[in-house]
Amino acid sequence: MSSSKVIHAFYNDDEVVLEAVKKVKAANHHIEEVFCPFPVHGLDKAMGLAPTRIAIASFMFGITGLGVAIWLTYYTMIADWPQDIGGKPSFSWAENMPAFVPIMFELTVFFAAHLMVITFYMRSRIWPFKKAENPDPRTTDDHFLMEIEVHDNEEELTSLLNETGAVEINVVDKH
Amino acid sequence: MYQFSGKLKMFSIALIILGALGIGLSFYNAPSTAEEAMALVSSNDHGDGHGTSHDTVKKDDHSTKEAHHKDEASKDDHKTETHSTVAVDAHDTGHDAAHAEHVLHQMQNRPWSAVYVSLLFFLGISLLVLAFYAAQRVAQAGWSIVLFRVMEAITANLVPTSIIMLVLVVLTAMHSNHLFAWMGEGVFDKTSENFDPIVYGKKMWLNVPGWVMRSIFYLLVWNAYRWFIRRNSIKEDTANDGYKTYKRNYNVSVGFLFLFMLTESMAVWDWIMGLDPHWFSTLFGWYVLATLLVSALTVIAFVTIYLRSKGYLPKVNDSHIHDLAKFMFGFSVFWTYLWFSQFMLIWYADIPEETTYFVMRFTEYKTLFLSMLVMNFVFPILLLINSDFKSRPWFVVIGGLVILAGHYVDLFIMIMPGTVGASWSFGIPEISATFLFLGIFIYTVFSAFAKADPVPKGNPFLHESEHFHYFNIEHHSEEDNQH
Repeated sequence: MSSSKVIHAFYNDDEVVLEAVKKVKAANHHIEEVFCPFPVHGLDKAMGLAPTRIAIASFMFGITGLGVAIWLTYYTMIADWPQDIGGKPSFSWAENMPAFVPIMFELTVFFAAHLMVITFYMRSRIWPFKKAENPDPRTTDDHFLMEIEVHDNEEELTSLLNETGAVEINVVDKH
Repeated sequence: MYQFSGKLKMFSIALIILGALGIGLSFYNAPSTAEEAMALVSSNDHGDGHGTSHDTVKKDDHSTKEAHHKDEASKDDHKTETHSTVAVDAHDTGHDAAHAEHVLHQMQNRPWSAVYVSLLFFLGISLLVLAFYAAQRVAQAGWSIVLFRVMEAITANLVPTSIIMLVLVVLTAMHSNHLFAWMGEGVFDKTSENFDPIVYGKKMWLNVPGWVMRSIFYLLVWNAYRWFIRRNSIKEDTANDGYKTYKRNYNVSVGFLFLFMLTESMAVWDWIMGLDPHWFSTLFGWYVLATLLVSALTVIAFVTIYLRSKGYLPKVNDSHIHDLAKFMFGFSVFWTYLWFSQFMLIWYADIPEETTYFVMRFTEYKTLFLSMLVMNFVFPILLLINSDFKSRPWFVVIGGLVILAGHYVDLFIMIMPGTVGASWSFGIPEISATFLFLGIFIYTVFSAFAKADPVPKGNPFLHESEHFHYFNIEHHSEEDNQH
């Protein structure tokens, strides 16, 4: 398909845009993207996006962090340079485990949180110095923008979007 | 309007009668002389493994005695750590007689302690439901309004449990039992051989008149607020006075929460930490608060799920259950955090008067102690971490049963080591006491729920609560539950 024409419909309320997405989906049009100044609850479901798997990734990262913490405390405190912990020089990791719980907890959280954010950026294709993808700066302030591909149905789409309460409708060439 | 069904009423009354009979029986069976107590112990030695663990305590007593000789400076630390010190002190004059006397007191304490554990469990749950409810009012929470009448109904159980607690406080102060070692004879008498310098140093707080007055004060404060807020909450329904009643309820709840935080901590020092009068922990109040709060939320979830399944709470949807389960999950982690904070500091510092607390629990109550951690932390974490599971009543009930059992055990091993020591067991006294208080709970809660409109119509946030939908979950049972 060589058509690179898209229609940009602007809304100024999150409830309205949510209803509009449902109507457009019901009329069997493919929504390319919706740009919002803040997350709209239920929008992903209305657009028919697959549920996020970041929770699973986060769980894995947490387990990894826990593993690193266990290795770190074992290697540094028991194996490489045995240390007398709280007057309990047993040099056994298991017996000194309570002292390591804070480290295990912190590294679990550290790994889960940081790697989850990095994963999210990578999946969203956001990185430093990247040129912004949003087509209109107003979507970072108080407007919502729905982007729909046009397949020689410009008029039909325009009238449908007008019905849904769009405040502005533009047809633009996308490169 | 909900009607307290005859079947459930019969069931609760049967539980009460059964429980009362069982408790009566265990008081009747408790030994009344030292000889009987020793006979019971020796017969137990052949039976279960419990007698063996009892022997370890005897050995511990001896080794303590030896250390005691070697190091006069540490004398006070070893003296009267629990009741067992009576035996240690009397060693020279005749260990066996003193030991038998000590075992007798422990065995006589058992039915008392069984009642005490269950009483504090149910009293605490009702109290924490009340505090959670007050917090909802103070936060002007929107989600929980449709659960208000459920919470109010549960707090009705505060009245009978407070009355029983009052009776128990008076009986304890009159020395009908030996639950509190510091109330023993001669503990504050410098000429007595039972004189305990550590407890003597705490006599500003640990004295019977003060203890009784404080206990009455706590119960009064809690019941006064409950009486007021229940009456005014029902008034709200028809008040139509520009939310004047609502605002007054808000103000009183703020005051109650302040008083609650003080009285809860102090009550816990008096009623639980006082059982081990040498030991102290600065975060004990928080720790017990977490135990009771997670149990309270579980109980709210249970009563809600039960009443909803009967169709009396049509406004409650899966999101409300989901939020309750989130609280259960969150406060299970919170409990673990506090439990571990208390444990780790004591373990790390390794100061004898602090570690005795955990040494006792780790030698005599090891299975309970370790299984409690699994039930209160590992199991809820694994079961309730999944968002979808939290809105399924089935999962919430399974998780909740384990949480409730776990926190009962938690309370059990907070109380039992200080009262019955190694002579603990789980049998007729404990089960009967649980039955009794469960029966009272069911009776009071459901008759209170039947007395008011299940929907608090006058609350300004009712609309928000009815339409509460956590965006991440589907509402499953809406279709099934429609009539």
